[in-house]
Amino acid sequence: MKIKNIFTYCFISSLFLFSLICIWKILVTLQGIELTNFNFNKLFIFGIILCAINLLIGKKLNLNIKIILLALLFSIFDYFISTNLPIWYSFGIFLISLFFFNNIKDYDKNFLSKNHSSQKLFFNFLTLFGITLFSFVILFPFYMMLVTSFKTQALLLLNPLDFSINFAQGLPELFKSYFIVFKDYNFGRYMLTSTIVSLGTVIITLIFAIPAAYAVARLNFFGKNFLSTSILIIYLFPAIVLVIPLYTIFSQLGLRNSIEGLLIVYTATTLPVAIYMLQGYFKSIPKELEEAGIIDGQNWLGIIFKIILPLSLPAISSVALYVFMIAWNEFLFSLMFLDRPNTFTLSRAIQFLNVGAETPRQYLMAGSVVVTLPILIIFVYFEKYLVSGLTAGSVKG
Amino acid sequence: MSSKLAKIEKRTAYFLILPSVLLVFSIILFPIFSNIWISFKNVELKDLRIPEPRAKKLVKSINDNPNQIKVIYKLRNSSLTQEITNVKFKDKYPDDIEPISLNNKCLFKSNLLKCELGNWPKKYRENLEIVFQNINNQEISKKEIKSYKPKLSGKSQNILLTYEFTLNNFKKVIKDKAFIDLLSTTFYYTFFGTIGAIFFGILAAQMVNQKFFGRTFMRSVLLFPYVAPVVALAYTWELLLDPTSGTLNNLLINYQIIDGPINLLGQKYVTLNILGFDFKLRLALTTVIIFEIWRYFPLAFLFILARLQAVPKELYEAADVDGANPIQKFLNITLPQILAVISILFMIRFIWNFNKFEDIFLLTGGASGTRTLPINVYQQGFSIGDIGMGSAVSIVIVVFLLIFMFIYFKLLGKRADEN
Repeated sequence: MKIKNIFTYCFISSLFLFSLICIWKILVTLQGIELTNFNFNKLFIFGIILCAINLLIGKKLNLNIKIILLALLFSIFDYFISTNLPIWYSFGIFLISLFFFNNIKDYDKNFLSKNHSSQKLFFNFLTLFGITLFSFVILFPFYMMLVTSFKTQALLLLNPLDFSINFAQGLPELFKSYFIVFKDYNFGRYMLTSTIVSLGTVIITLIFAIPAAYAVARLNFFGKNFLSTSILIIYLFPAIVLVIPLYTIFSQLGLRNSIEGLLIVYTATTLPVAIYMLQGYFKSIPKELEEAGIIDGQNWLGIIFKIILPLSLPAISSVALYVFMIAWNEFLFSLMFLDRPNTFTLSRAIQFLNVGAETPRQYLMAGSVVVTLPILIIFVYFEKYLVSGLTAGSVKG
Repeated sequence: MSSKLAKIEKRTAYFLILPSVLLVFSIILFPIFSNIWISFKNVELKDLRIPEPRAKKLVKSINDNPNQIKVIYKLRNSSLTQEITNVKFKDKYPDDIEPISLNNKCLFKSNLLKCELGNWPKKYRENLEIVFQNINNQEISKKEIKSYKPKLSGKSQNILLTYEFTLNNFKKVIKDKAFIDLLSTTFYYTFFGTIGAIFFGILAAQMVNQKFFGRTFMRSVLLFPYVAPVVALAYTWELLLDPTSGTLNNLLINYQIIDGPINLLGQKYVTLNILGFDFKLRLALTTVIIFEIWRYFPLAFLFILARLQAVPKELYEAADVDGANPIQKFLNITLPQILAVISILFMIRFIWNFNKFEDIFLLTGGASGTRTLPINVYQQGFSIGDIGMGSAVSIVIVVFLLIFMFIYFKLLGKRADEN
């Protein structure tokens, strides 16, 4: 066993433990508890000592007893160097160190004398730490959005670090911002508009895209290759280069501030990707099925409705969900085309809230939760379909 | 026989495709081409309103005579910039009413007052006064007269449809001292945003490719920033990074990592001292890039993970037998396998980051050194109100885009040849 390996093992392990503890401490601070020091020196050195002990004990002791013992030691040490902290804080420290020692329990002299052990160790920890850190960084803004919407202006200014939710005040107080957002800021109406626009876009897009995709996938005609390559090229053109001409044309035609105008633009911009995704799927359906349909005397309408559609339901759901997501989240066109509050979509309404007079931030965040939550619920519920939609449509975003 | 069938097939195909082609043509292709037209014109936002002749009708009673009434039309040209020619005027009156006197522009015939008002220059205003009387000497109802609305029509030139062109917009775009800065900001943002998203995408994919508790949940969570609406996320970040009441600054101050608050979205430069050398970092731009990476690494993650799961396990087992270490395994097995995906991802993300508008617009509005080309389109066109300039900047974007697309399809074609 190399001395270098022991040293790297102790160093990396302790650093990892300390990083986990740091994340926990930040979370605790955000519950409004005063904590101003990470105690880097003491915790890091004690961590090194415990890791060395773990190595010395090896497998001489029952592994479960060993990890509980080490975790207890660590939490008691932390309890003594920090003051005035609630008991659930120390319990969290205990659980984290339990998780940590559970991960390093198998490391003994044999492991460290193997080839590449320090690299393996490093990547093992990097993965664990990475997963923790990634989840924290991804979820924290969402968490903050939610909690801010449950607070009052006074509380937010008093302690910007207090992200605890006070359930004792009762549900009506807790959801006050939501009541106000729906009642005084008309979010019910905006939500309805957003829903109509998004569902409308999905329906119209499918009505246009399914026949077109069928033709591209199955029928022979002049200009077919040109059409299928240009679909992709058109799809790569961004909204920002369309915005000025569309704005001028729409203002002169009086289509601004209308849901119809928005529907036309959303449908046209999602149509290329819908055709692209659907024709790929239609091509994978065996031709024999359609030939059987032709023998039965079906025309193209019958073939699409009775053979193609039932078979390609998963692909159609993917396209529908993906188009719904694009239309629901769309911002640039709604900013350009809508300037009367009675035609706003949710995204435009939230931007209007932020730009307008000093809107209290809990209302802004309540509005943000209202626009985010439906799409996240749909995503989690239909994840399989949406992920395939995202992958196929990912040339844009 | 077969040629007849082919004909029917062809006709059906065109019939099925035509609606989509027409829609895409009118909403996407036509605007792209009209951008070229507009960019050679001197058009401003206020010119977009078509000039209209307008009339406001006032009805006044005449002292001591209820049988007579004075009608005043306040006429004006709604446009501050354009002339209206050949203005015609029409208004209806009740049956038993006729004008006492009329000027030569107007005619009264079978209850209709018709006037030829000629040409109105810009900002034109005029009052038309006519006194009416009741033929049967009865009292005139003001209400009834007011209930009819005058109708006006006139011809005006639509500035968008004239054949006057100018090169000024492009001259202004290129001569602008900030143009080089604009380009460098755009490329800086695009390049680092793309590289960062792909780097973190690889990291995340490597992690999730291993087995651990809660792996499927983790995969969903990693995609959250990509599927959530940008408006909500941008404003949440804005609150998070706020210099006075933002969480991040307060947290850093609380743990004594920084002395005072840093305005991460409002400060153009920050000087960093690394090993005795002073570096000027573009702070707001870096923050915006970090947001960009946070929001779009999930896409890279999704692609790379799909590719990683298709890498045969035997390759790694063979490497283990050969005694390869983790870094060697990554460099010699994983990386070559995902290189194709990465290069395509790089091109796609590069094109899209180059055109990204919403993220920067919502976070900084293009202030403190974060003005990119797409932001400039919006600012020229709508903040300053110079539609022609905005279009010219759009054309610059389209030109770059065509270059990137050319490279992208070359690359795609090369990949297809190799397989």
